[in-house]
Amino acid sequence: MSNIDVKGQQIEVDEDGFLVDPDVWNQDIVEAFAKLEDVSELTEDHWKVINYLRDYYKQFGIAPMIRKLCKDTGFSLKQIYDMFPSGPAKGACKLAGLPKPTGCV
Amino acid sequence: MTDSKTPRLDELEKGAWPSFVTEIKKAAAKKANSQDLLDQLELSYKDKIGYWKHGGIVGVKGYGGGVIGRYSAKADQFPNVKEFHTLRVNMVPGFFYTTEALRGLCETWDKFGSGLTNMHGSTGDLVLLGTTTENLQPCFDELAEKGWDLGGSGGGLRTPSGCVGMARCEFACIDSMDFIQEVTRHFQDAIHRPAWPYKFKIKCSGCANDCAAATARSDFAVIGTWCDTLKIDQNAVREYVKGGFNIDALVVGKCPTKALEYDSAKQELKFDAENCVRCMNCIDMMPKAIKTGKDRGAAILIGGKAPVVKSAFIGWVLVPFMKVDAPYAEIFDLITRITEYFDEHAKSRERIGELIYRVGMGNFLKGVGLTPQPQMVSAPRANPYIFWQDEEVVKHG
Ligand code: HEM
Ligand code: HEM
Ligand code: SF4
Ligand code: SF4
Repeated sequence: MSNIDVKGQQIEVDEDGFLVDPDVWNQDIVEAFAKLEDVSELTEDHWKVINYLRDYYKQFGIAPMIRKLCKDTGFSLKQIYDMFPSGPAKGACKLAGLPKPTGCV
Repeated sequence: MTDSKTPRLDELEKGAWPSFVTEIKKAAAKKANSQDLLDQLELSYKDKIGYWKHGGIVGVKGYGGGVIGRYSAKADQFPNVKEFHTLRVNMVPGFFYTTEALRGLCETWDKFGSGLTNMHGSTGDLVLLGTTTENLQPCFDELAEKGWDLGGSGGGLRTPSGCVGMARCEFACIDSMDFIQEVTRHFQDAIHRPAWPYKFKIKCSGCANDCAAATARSDFAVIGTWCDTLKIDQNAVREYVKGGFNIDALVVGKCPTKALEYDSAKQELKFDAENCVRCMNCIDMMPKAIKTGKDRGAAILIGGKAPVVKSAFIGWVLVPFMKVDAPYAEIFDLITRITEYFDEHAKSRERIGELIYRVGMGNFLKGVGLTPQPQMVSAPRANPYIFWQDEEVVKHG
């Protein structure tokens, strides 16, 4: 666990840089994460993905499968990587303030 | 006796063979992280607990896979392995490298990582063990400049792997190395941008000896075989027997379907072609006398895996025979259909074998557009059960 500084506020993140407490999420945090994950500009499309992920997480308590994310937002996986260079899990989910998705290596 | 700080690990250096402990110690002489690795492992042996945390999401730009996040659970005690991530580098088909290529790889790894490698991992990849989050991107950039690429990880296509096939082996019925090269190229996106419910592995062996262990280790196994009959040179058979070779015990008696019989009066090996299941044993035993058939291709097996949700599975025969020649359009199309079905229907962490187990082979075959074949059944001649699809029952009254 460590903290990142978001406009003077200390936000607790895990070792992969994901929010420890999804409830502290706000616009400033998204912008701070965007810089860390190589997202140069947050467009409407970015917000569409971010809001979708948040809604899904609120409803089901987990991140959606990639196929579902693409289907429901209408973006191809390639477009998702173009928007979030570190990918849907490490990039998009982090910006959306979800805790670290449990994947398998 | 000297006061070693790693008495338990030292045990594993005894004997006349190489030892991973010796190798880690050599790396530890140069790198603090390798020293911490050694000390943490000693503690693990003492406490009988592995001190690595599960998982971790780290990576390089544009890639969703290829890096395995590893964090020490004892970072206070071993700060140099707090972050100790693994990079999977896509190996070359058949593992052929020049010493120069390996030296380049090792130089980069000495610069950015622990200096410890694992060649090759069970996935097939060239595994680089242990670096920090910060070093991942520059390490990858330098590797990419030298022509290397990352392999697969996570819920996507894993680095395809195969045997040395035609490059070194007279038994190869298909060019396993070329196939692995092309399948890797064709499905790049699926490797680097994992999109599926769970991992999917493709492995290829040039013949049923299956040196790549594809049958047991891959979801989609491509096994070289032939659809005509094997070729027997009776003169060469006689030479074997004359030389004292026990043909009855080693060949005839070992044929799983009793397709061979040795007529010692006529000095002739009789062969019942219809009953040969192309297991390779007689060919392995008498390579100078028996050769594979001439009309070559591959059998496709589906569903092999190690345990997670269900127990370990060996692959089922899915396609008894198909041609596997460049540019591989037919087999790539089959892989696409199967992975699309997998993506659509599998639950998270369910392998294709488990999915088939859950929905039934009949439904799976229908879903991917294949027709059932008797070769899919383990003992078709003794098994009287036929499952009809609903609509067929209506049709036949
Ligand atoms: C009124 C007398 C009997 C009835 C109602 C009866 C009923 C059945 C039924 C319904 C089956 C299943 C058939 C299928 O697989 O679809 C069966 C199978 C079998 N029965 Fe009987 N049975 C009778 C007498 C016997 C006797 C007297 C023997 C042996 C001495 C016997 C030995 C067997 C065996 C070995 C099978 C299994 C065959 C296979 O493996 O397919 N049955 N019986
Ligand atoms: C004393 C009474 C019964 C005996 C001795 C008996 C015997 C058998 C035997 C030996 C088999 C073959 C099993 C096998 O394939 O290895 C069988 C199968 C079968 N029995 Fe019975 N049975 C009895 C009662 C019943 C009843 C009451 C029903 C139905 C209500 C029934 C329905 C069936 C069916 C549908 C099969 C075929 C299962 C399959 O092939 O998947 N049996 N029976
Ligand atoms: S699987 Fe067959 S073709 Fe490939 S190396 Fe082994 S024996 Fe040779
Ligand atoms: S290949 Fe196997 S099944 Fe065929 S004849 Fe030889 S030993 Fe028998």
